[in-house]
Amino acid sequence: MNIVAQKILPPNATSAEPFLARYRGLRAGLPGPRAPREAAADLLRRRGLPGPRDEAWKYTSLRPLTELQFHAALTDAGDHPAPVALPHLGALAESPRVVFVAGRYRADLSQLPDQITARRFAGHLGTQEAADDSQLLALNTLLAEDGALLEVAAGIDAGTLLLIHMGADLSGTPAAFHPRHSVHLGAGAALTLVEISAGQGTYLHNPVMDIDLAAGARLAHLRLQIESPQAFHIGAVHAAIAERASYDSFSLVLGARLARSEIHARLGGTNCHAALNAAQVLRGAQHADFTTVVSHDAPCGTSRQTVKNVLDDHARGVFQGKIEVARAAQKTDGYQMNQALLLSPHAEIDSKPQLEIFADDVKCSHGATVGELDADQMFFLRSRGIPQAEARGMLVRAFLSEALDLVQHDAARALFDEALNAWWETQAP
Amino acid sequence: MPAVAETLDTVRAVTDGGYKWGFVTDIEMDMAPKGLTEDTVRLISARKQEPAWLLEWRLRAFAAWQAMEEPHWAMLHYPPIDYQDAHYYAAPRKKDGPKSLDEVDPALLRTYEKLGIPLRERAFLAGVEASNIAVDAVFDSVSVATTFRATLAKSGVIFCPISEAVRDHPELVQKYMGSVVPPSDNFFAALNSAVFTDGSFVFIPKGVACPMELSTYFRINARNTGQFERTLIIAEDGASVSYLEGCTAPMRDENQLHAAVVELIAMDDARIKYSTVQNWYPGDAEGRGGIYNFVTKRGVCRGARSKISWTQVETGSAITWKYPSCVLQGDGSIGEFYSVAVTNNRQQADTGTKMIHIGRDTTSTIVSKGISAGHSNNTYRGLVRVLPKAAGARNHTQCDSLLIGDQCGAHTVPYIESRNATARVEHEATTSKIAEDQLFYCRQRGLSEEDAVGLIVNGFCREVLKELPMEFAVEAQKLLAVSLEGSVG
Amino acid sequence: MLEIRNLHAAVVEKPILQGIDLVVPDGEIHAIMGPNGSGKSTLAYVLSGREDFAVTAGSVTFDGADLLAMEPEQRAQAGLFLAFQAPVELPGVGNANFLRTALNAVRRARGDEELDAAAFLKLARAAAKSLHMPDDMLKRNVNVGFSGGEKKRNEVLQMAILRPKLAILDETDSGLDIDALRIVGDGVNALRSERFSALVITHHQRLLDHIVPDRVHVLAHGRIIRSGGAELARELEAQGYAQVIAEAA
Repeated sequence: MNIVAQKILPPNATSAEPFLARYRGLRAGLPGPRAPREAAADLLRRRGLPGPRDEAWKYTSLRPLTELQFHAALTDAGDHPAPVALPHLGALAESPRVVFVAGRYRADLSQLPDQITARRFAGHLGTQEAADDSQLLALNTLLAEDGALLEVAAGIDAGTLLLIHMGADLSGTPAAFHPRHSVHLGAGAALTLVEISAGQGTYLHNPVMDIDLAAGARLAHLRLQIESPQAFHIGAVHAAIAERASYDSFSLVLGARLARSEIHARLGGTNCHAALNAAQVLRGAQHADFTTVVSHDAPCGTSRQTVKNVLDDHARGVFQGKIEVARAAQKTDGYQMNQALLLSPHAEIDSKPQLEIFADDVKCSHGATVGELDADQMFFLRSRGIPQAEARGMLVRAFLSEALDLVQHDAARALFDEALNAWWETQAP
Repeated sequence: MPAVAETLDTVRAVTDGGYKWGFVTDIEMDMAPKGLTEDTVRLISARKQEPAWLLEWRLRAFAAWQAMEEPHWAMLHYPPIDYQDAHYYAAPRKKDGPKSLDEVDPALLRTYEKLGIPLRERAFLAGVEASNIAVDAVFDSVSVATTFRATLAKSGVIFCPISEAVRDHPELVQKYMGSVVPPSDNFFAALNSAVFTDGSFVFIPKGVACPMELSTYFRINARNTGQFERTLIIAEDGASVSYLEGCTAPMRDENQLHAAVVELIAMDDARIKYSTVQNWYPGDAEGRGGIYNFVTKRGVCRGARSKISWTQVETGSAITWKYPSCVLQGDGSIGEFYSVAVTNNRQQADTGTKMIHIGRDTTSTIVSKGISAGHSNNTYRGLVRVLPKAAGARNHTQCDSLLIGDQCGAHTVPYIESRNATARVEHEATTSKIAEDQLFYCRQRGLSEEDAVGLIVNGFCREVLKELPMEFAVEAQKLLAVSLEGSVG
Repeated sequence: MLEIRNLHAAVVEKPILQGIDLVVPDGEIHAIMGPNGSGKSTLAYVLSGREDFAVTAGSVTFDGADLLAMEPEQRAQAGLFLAFQAPVELPGVGNANFLRTALNAVRRARGDEELDAAAFLKLARAAAKSLHMPDDMLKRNVNVGFSGGEKKRNEVLQMAILRPKLAILDETDSGLDIDALRIVGDGVNALRSERFSALVITHHQRLLDHIVPDRVHVLAHGRIIRSGGAELARELEAQGYAQVIAEAA
């Protein structure tokens, strides 16, 4: 079977066979209609896992994933689930939350919110399947078993909700989780969604979130990725934004051995707004890839991106940010800034900001810088008596603040700060 | 600098607003049959009476090409190219290369006169109107005339057709040809290596500053031909040279392929300035005809403190695929890329540069100005790569796009890869259109809308145009205005 | 001679000018005064042909020709000059190159011979000197990095070089200090002749101390509500627009 799969793949492609095999085993028990999953299987058979030969995956290879054998099937936690410690939640500890452990919803750990309709995934897959370059989405579609469907009715300000996923290996065997979440905000509704991905051991967390914002809705999507150092985090967010709606996201990436987070924001109505800000702080041999596609489809949209990478040791950071402006999207205002700080002689940054513009009356710009800590600033701080390590920490924090300070939600920003501090504290001396 | 209105008028008078270089020269040609096989490669080599090593070199390149796939990562859309449906050798019928200008076919001389290319040395001899530029003219596959060779030889500069260099300076050609762009570098470079017919060869010996501008003028004339020239420029320690190439072709309904290779080598403290005004026939307003321009240009700063500077003004071709690059090997070496790319009607350009920082304290500067009009698409694609040993490397990139009309596209695809913490890389890109208030301001002062656009576009490109040698800067300004005609209103 | 008859104009269907009647004979300088939003700048733009404004009724003739039928550059070539309230920046376009291009376009239209670079530079330098402008202003890019005052002086410099028959000065005094105000006034006065006329649009009377107008018109709600001699400007300064408008109503 393996040999057949290899034969029809393009040269140098990474076979998706381990996942296809798992799908064949699970197929009968998976919820929902079969057709989209079969289409996903077909795509992965033809194209394999995405890899450096795909332009969108030039800098990130999923080959390490295929070196692992993932545990066959997930099981529900049942009536007496094992106790699990939640990650540090700081001032958000009392907020309503939806918790998944090892890919499964855990009612015992969740506190469902009043103003949000929360249901479990039942096989309703989105409509954005099947594009030839959407292998990442296909991987989730193929194997999605659980997830949260969140709905806020029109006009409601639903406050803050936490969506937590705790990954784990299953009795020492690597495990793979493919949760499929969806968030729908009715016209004029508002929500702050704080998404935390954490865990222990070797596992693959492959979440996909479909977001649908009706006219005038406002979603703040604040994401903290602190997966275990052995984990893989390969996730995507697809946000459809209607007129006057706003999608405001910030992602802090600290964890995982290999991470790829994609955000696709489609500004489909007039006067809508998207912010896709992020900070990746990496060390050791971590590889994290933050890839965004902002599609301006309608007039008068604005998009903003501030993306920072801080890279120590042998870490490799990747940023790919594409702004697409369709012919109809006149008066678009798109801005993107990505900056990288290399703290070690062995770190690497690969950055590909990209503009694709088909409308003439637009204002689009991007900027990128790569460099090290400013020697003058370092010297200044040390001349005032601040030890080198502390001075370094101050300057790195200052570098990150341009992105972090864009988070309006105080408790969430505090949580990000605490996560960063914890990161510093665990740093090798 | 002449006023734009004036130049526009002058150009219009000559051209009636169209592509003024579109005429055909009726001349007796020696052509290879259509198609591309090993026999074609052998035939070209035999016609050029090449040594065995070069035939072998070509055959290796041909074998490599056959195993390669045409690249499709660029933002370019065109029907599949039938590589068997073209002639790979076309030369004006003549026994040997001309010994002097007197032997050049008068029809050819008239062609270049019409193009405004000074093939006669009279201006220089007369001492007035100092047209102090040595020219190598390549007509279809063959170099037809190289001027000022005697003058150049006095300072030790070699400037001749590459086919002659193969004969007269085989040790130099063998040592350097393919050392920057290996025959199997990419699909089009491999094709060129197999079937290249002529081109220019420049050698500037140690310590010599080339006493005049060097220039090659490329002309595609024959029907159903491709043009595959190769240029090789070597500047030894402390040498310097400024070199310019220009290109035109007749207006034809068919698409013609141009796949050139340019290699530059700069040793310690050497400087090479390479300027291009590319005005191949762009096709008509509906996108019929035009040159497919797939070009590999690369320079290596092999020596310490050496400098290679590319300046290009790209207004022609139906399809442009070119990325003049610098490999910054020598410590303290400098790479520059200044580019204006204009696309109008149905033209497509995917162009930019690669700056590979290998040595310490290497510096690169990229300034790209893309202008799209009509139904065209214009893409900047550029790579800045800093390797681990390139401590202290610096890059600054400025990449601006201007859209004229709402049916065109402007795209920016930079790749920034840094593996050295002490390197500093900065990239800025903007996209805009000509503001209504700028247009109105100019018109209130009496300028027509087209002149106003020409003026504003020239302003937009100023940073790049000022890098061109003076004579060509004027030419380039006219070209910009003419290329954008019909794009407003 | 400029003759405006019953001119109505609108921007995005909002009427701004609502029946302007005004005649400016050759050799005369007329001031247009009025509060913000009265339509002063709209009048300047409509006369110079800005496309954002739609003329909905009325006529304008300039030396007997239908001004409204002309393209903006034809109006300029016919001798109409607008000194912009907010002069536009042209990055990368040298001031001297711009001016010479404009001057030769205007000269060509008039049937005059074009000026070569040397002759032009001589002319431009002399004009710059008389306006107390440093030579390097000609070398810089058009209005890029100019201070507010420099931009206004650059407008007057262009006017001095293009020698229009009718100049419209749209709040050229705003942002000028006292010395610059005098320089601008001198620049306009230097052009005064039987063949030169001007429409000076301003809020304040102070510019009119330097450029003494033959007539002063008060514009309110898109109409000229009162006209008088130079003394009307002083009356406005003393009483305020509100009073004068109320009296006229």
